[in-house]
Amino acid sequence: MSNTYDLIIVGGGPAGMAAAIYGSRSRLNTLVLEAKRKTGGQPSTYHDMENYPGVPGTTASELMDNFRKHAEKFNAEFKRGEVTNLEVNGLEKIVSTKKGGEYKAKSVVLAMGAEPRKLGIKGEEELKGKGVSYCATCDADIFEELDVVVIGNGNSAVEESIYLTKFVNKLTMIVIHDEGVMDAEKILQEKAMENEKIDFVWNSVVEEIKGDGMVEKAVVKNIKTGETQEIDCHGVFFFVGRVPNTEFLEGTVELTENGYVKANDEMETSRAGVYAVGDVRNKVVRQVVTAAGDGANAAVMAQGYIEEEEYWQNNVLKSKKPVLVAFWSVTNQNSMDMITELESMGLEDKDYRFVKIDTYKNRLISNRYDIEEIPTVIKLIEGEVEERLVDLSVEELQEII
Amino acid sequence: MLELGKDNFEEKVLNSEGTVLVDFWSDSCDLCLELMPDVEELAEEYGDKVKFAKLNIKGNRRLAISQKVLGLPSIVLYEDGEKTEHLTGDDLEVEDIEEAIKERI
Repeated sequence: MSNTYDLIIVGGGPAGMAAAIYGSRSRLNTLVLEAKRKTGGQPSTYHDMENYPGVPGTTASELMDNFRKHAEKFNAEFKRGEVTNLEVNGLEKIVSTKKGGEYKAKSVVLAMGAEPRKLGIKGEEELKGKGVSYCATCDADIFEELDVVVIGNGNSAVEESIYLTKFVNKLTMIVIHDEGVMDAEKILQEKAMENEKIDFVWNSVVEEIKGDGMVEKAVVKNIKTGETQEIDCHGVFFFVGRVPNTEFLEGTVELTENGYVKANDEMETSRAGVYAVGDVRNKVVRQVVTAAGDGANAAVMAQGYIEEEEYWQNNVLKSKKPVLVAFWSVTNQNSMDMITELESMGLEDKDYRFVKIDTYKNRLISNRYDIEEIPTVIKLIEGEVEERLVDLSVEELQEII
Repeated sequence: MLELGKDNFEEKVLNSEGTVLVDFWSDSCDLCLELMPDVEELAEEYGDKVKFAKLNIKGNRRLAISQKVLGLPSIVLYEDGEKTEHLTGDDLEVEDIEEAIKERI
């Protein structure tokens, strides 16, 4: 099979798979590259999924399996590969993977998501997988009837704690804020407060995890009093936010200080034909449903981009004849009159190619040629702008022909 | 691959000579289930030099904890009954396991 696609999606979480559903359903030849063995991204490691609209009785991993099935139904292709480079040469984009795979596409959707943030405290790295965990569903079984500590107080921390109480003996949440204050939604906070297995330690952080080959104690420090205490436990779960993995994009697309990809409301990044969706995008609300919305947006934008760019390349840049491009819009009567005028001039007989660009629909080309006012007509020879007429008269038009 | 449990772990792993690889897994660990076919392939290839075994932690949790296995997937290697390597984490790849096997044969 050829390694050339219309659309390559980097990352198989909800945002990426939603883009794949929309892309492949629009008949774009679509590839999803996922670094991990399993698609589904972040939700595939969570349990509860209570707020995905229209699907009240599901779990997070079941919902993600359905996203995948849905994308495959429209023939989206899935491959495993960790993307380590993106190259943009106009319409051609090249995506390379760690293991040397190389794929070409006309459009790329960045959907790498974010990884659990590590705190870098003493014992965290050494005891990873030996009691230190970032995934409740993966490790819940092991902690049956044991005591665990959870660090964090956001939605993930609280949801996963509630899930863990189905297994563990006792769970202690270490919360950095004042008593009763948590970052999680109210409905989750209430559930946690009511849960008899959950204890809270307020105004506190975990300083160190102790243990010989496996977790034995968490050293907890009260940030107000400076006092420390040791809590006996077998497991320490970290839910302290996430960080994007975008180093390979530095210098290719614009990133924020924290490494998130900058993209506008249409998911467009600083490079034409490259989009960013889901948690890797710089935004505030990071939910499965917003990720899916991002994905749909990007796929629709990508489809428009490919059509417009290919049309432009084939009819304007590669044209052997000189080309007159008229920028118009239905909302501007002058521009419509200009089109009528141009169409009556018999341009094809005069060895010109005539191309109309609707500035409302085709922002890509309009922006590229800095079209601020319409009507505007530009004349291109071998892809280069020769003349440019803004708010022109019929006489001016005749002059340039 | 040899199925392990409370009854035979000591005999087959701790009192066994040579290299033993134990794949700790459970039904609720998706990553374990996905890794398993790859480990089985390694068993085909290296089975004559290394003994391959798996332990479902369901019902064997205390045994797992006694081996300091507190996260799945976990691949533990034993030399003459001594634990010598513990591979774990959600980024664990079959290549890492193969590497560890090659170091021992």
